[in-house]
Amino acid sequence: MKHSSAVSVREVSKYYNQVRAVDTVSFEIEGGAICALLGGNGAGKTTLLSMLLGLLLPTCGELSILGTDMRRHRYQVLHRINFSSPYVDLPQRLTVRENLLVYARLYGIKHLRQRLAELAGQLAITEFLDRAYGSLSAGQKTRVSLAKSLLNRPEVLLLDEPTASLDPDTAASIRQLLREYQRDTGATLLMATHNMLEVERLCDDVIMLRAGKVVDRGSPDWLLQRYGRDTLEDVFIDVARDTGRVGNGGGE
Amino acid sequence: MQSLGRIYAMVLRYVYLVRRSWPRLLEMIYWPAVQLILWGFISKFFETNSTWVAQASGVLMAAVLLWDVLFRAHLGVSLAFFEEMYSRNLGHLFVSPLRVWELAGALLTISLLRTVIGIGGAALLAIPLYDFSIFGLGLPLLGFFANLLVMGWAIGLLVSGLVLRYGLGAESFAWVSIFAIAPISGIYYPISVLPEWLQPVAWLLPSSHVFEGMRAVMFEHVFRSDLMWRAAGLNIIYLLMGVGAFLLAFNSARTRGLLLRVGE
Repeated sequence: MKHSSAVSVREVSKYYNQVRAVDTVSFEIEGGAICALLGGNGAGKTTLLSMLLGLLLPTCGELSILGTDMRRHRYQVLHRINFSSPYVDLPQRLTVRENLLVYARLYGIKHLRQRLAELAGQLAITEFLDRAYGSLSAGQKTRVSLAKSLLNRPEVLLLDEPTASLDPDTAASIRQLLREYQRDTGATLLMATHNMLEVERLCDDVIMLRAGKVVDRGSPDWLLQRYGRDTLEDVFIDVARDTGRVGNGGGE
Repeated sequence: MQSLGRIYAMVLRYVYLVRRSWPRLLEMIYWPAVQLILWGFISKFFETNSTWVAQASGVLMAAVLLWDVLFRAHLGVSLAFFEEMYSRNLGHLFVSPLRVWELAGALLTISLLRTVIGIGGAALLAIPLYDFSIFGLGLPLLGFFANLLVMGWAIGLLVSGLVLRYGLGAESFAWVSIFAIAPISGIYYPISVLPEWLQPVAWLLPSSHVFEGMRAVMFEHVFRSDLMWRAAGLNIIYLLMGVGAFLLAFNSARTRGLLLRVGE
């Protein structure tokens, strides 16, 4: 299931009147990679994810997933991708089971109850399958949203802060699950995150954004070396504040 | 077939919602029943005090039931769509393989179910309470029902589009739109009662043709196929406009980034 380029973004910009949310961004992500979009608030991460999903039309540029133009032919590929975000809800009054069954049908999943049981076990949500989604804690909702995003065994999984609101133990097990999922299926994962630990432990590729532009890219180790820093958090602050500290570690 | 599966999934989502929410279930039946009971008593009074109503017993009850078809069909579409906005679920829905027209198809199906349950209950209630059966209208009833249902769908899609574009703050369009057309639909009186300048406007509404046709059946025992066809023709235009407005609003929402941050 490998693709030379699972995600392709070419010269993409998004303007809201005079505001440039994303400004001439280009990058490619190889099939099977786990890539992070890293940047401060307003850097353009969620805007980029939304455009990749086809929820938001770019002002100009081309976006494709698995070789399909997401602006014009997104329906050809939507059943092969999925998305999770703690900021997009599921119907509150439906139980977790009902929500997942509805989405399993939307994705045309065969043996849906079996798939649901499988995911419920993996994400430890079995005990609250029959509780209303609205009654769950933020962390439980994040796990349910992840279960929804894995229903169709996506080849490309787009994640907006996948471990937001999770305690460290649960976050670690979710990262482990995502890593195993990627290893077993060869899927490509692209996540927008602020969580440096997550990036260090999970991602092999980091795209750094500031004010809607890509300002740097590389593996976590390479970025540490390039910025001469011990932690990605320091690299993040350097990039966010535009301190000009680049290349001190010999990466330049 | 895959499209049908997705439409079924969305209808199922609504059934799940209604079956665990008794206020929603009650609301579906309550208002048509209350309207029917109120107009039933008014009819009883007018039957002995109005020569016009006395000529066709039950004309006011038939009118209120048919008006409710239009009203419920419209609300069926709008409220089902608002549920998706209340739950901030559109982002997940539109990254799934669900097409916009499939969502619209599901909304229309939900509307049909809501209308049949609500109006069906009130129509059955009228039989023992007032000795009036709307089914006495015979086959024309099917035409009246279908035309009002489609007109309600068209308005519902238009209102849903407006709310998608302008947010839940524009929710009041759902009520404003339907009550704005009530006075010129000739529900309880002939179109000829309206001022002359207003009559051409009234004839642009499919509902005016339906209610005029209903009175022709009840007073003159004549089925006016001309009125029925005009209503159907207008409804094709209305439905195309409703679907067009919904699709335009969806595209506008994609341009403005509203699908991930719906709300007020």
